[in-house]
Amino acid sequence: MPPWPTRRRSGRDDAVAHSLHFAASMLACWLIAQVLARSTWTWRSPRVAILCWQAVGLGAGLSAVGLPMSLGLTPYQRGTGSALLALADDLWHSTLPAGLGAVHLGLVGVGFGIGAVLLTTTVRSIHGAVRAQRRHRDLLALVARRDPTVPGALVLDHPGAAAYCLPGVRPRVVVSAGTLDLLNPAELAAVLTHERTHAQERHDLVLLPFTALCRALPWLGWVRKAHERVSLLVEMRADDKARELHADAPLAGALQRFAAAGNRITPAGALGLGDRDLAVRVQRLMVTERPPRLLGAVALAVTTTAAALPISLFLS
Amino acid sequence: MTRLGDLERAVMDVLWDTVPGRSDGITVREVAETLDGRELAYTTVMTVLDRLAGKGMVEREREGRAWRYRAAASREAYIARLMLDALDLGGSRDAALVRFARSVTGTEADVLRAALADEAAER
Repeated sequence: MPPWPTRRRSGRDDAVAHSLHFAASMLACWLIAQVLARSTWTWRSPRVAILCWQAVGLGAGLSAVGLPMSLGLTPYQRGTGSALLALADDLWHSTLPAGLGAVHLGLVGVGFGIGAVLLTTTVRSIHGAVRAQRRHRDLLALVARRDPTVPGALVLDHPGAAAYCLPGVRPRVVVSAGTLDLLNPAELAAVLTHERTHAQERHDLVLLPFTALCRALPWLGWVRKAHERVSLLVEMRADDKARELHADAPLAGALQRFAAAGNRITPAGALGLGDRDLAVRVQRLMVTERPPRLLGAVALAVTTTAAALPISLFLS
Repeated sequence: MTRLGDLERAVMDVLWDTVPGRSDGITVREVAETLDGRELAYTTVMTVLDRLAGKGMVEREREGRAWRYRAAASREAYIARLMLDALDLGGSRDAALVRFARSVTGTEADVLRAALADEAAER
């Protein structure tokens, strides 16, 4: 059995080690995000890549909360989770330990502040999205029509080309009259499957935390990058589902027609942001490549670890 | 809900289609008469118009003892607004929709925005 002093020292080491671990997992998440944003294997297994991004986002968020907290809790000489409980207990009884000063309390407060900001922006994002969706749904109910050529979807009488999904418990798939003119029946069917996949797999909820992060930290380039990447992956996932059911050609055709529909009138540079992504998606449909199973498994293992580390630190 | 939604739509169609020239709006009784085939009670039509007013879809003005109702915006303006949402030109930062692909030229976007601006200027 180790003597008493050794145990005390190991407690202090523990506390410092916790902060180091949080810092390390934050760094790891940042590095993984950089690699993920640059790699193209993700296009071949978008579902795995989406999971990876979610794990990285969770890990980064928890580490950002945990790092200042664990630094502030070093005087307790134990794990972050149990130290937090001890601090709450001490605050309740107004008996703070000798080594715990204002700086320590401030750091714990910063941790809580970061957590609160992340939480409130998420809630605000949800609130904003739900309100916009309700408004959109109300208007659709008044002006959209059903059409026998697109069963289960709503049609907007407008010459512009648009196809989208209004997500929710009772999702709506909407296409414009311009889209009906633009696409042949096979292409239309592929597009509708694409939209239904968005609705069924609740891709709006997949995107939500990243949208919220963009709102909370709009100046952080890599957060915006993450959002862009995940949006593209979500589209690719829906593309995959559509090609499973309708083969590759109709979907690629539909995408190309969408791209050309914009270019027909204004030859250069008038398209929106999705333009470059559209080209990537078409290219991807031209070749059939097997999903990189090994690479995907490794990436999933690495990112899961990056997310599990801060969770385990909070539970210790 | 679906039934109420159908009624709201039918009432809006009346406001849009049967009284295009009259900007002073029509009364509940006139709406009910136009919807004669549906055999709706006067109070039902009033409730529907009330709901629509609550949502900001119709505007009303008192004339003597009755209210006169008219659509707050044209059908085309509502479609333009939905298309702006659909093409991600609405300026919202919230991820309210998931889109297949965006295809819009600068000209089309201008036309859509102009449709909304005209509507706002008329009132």
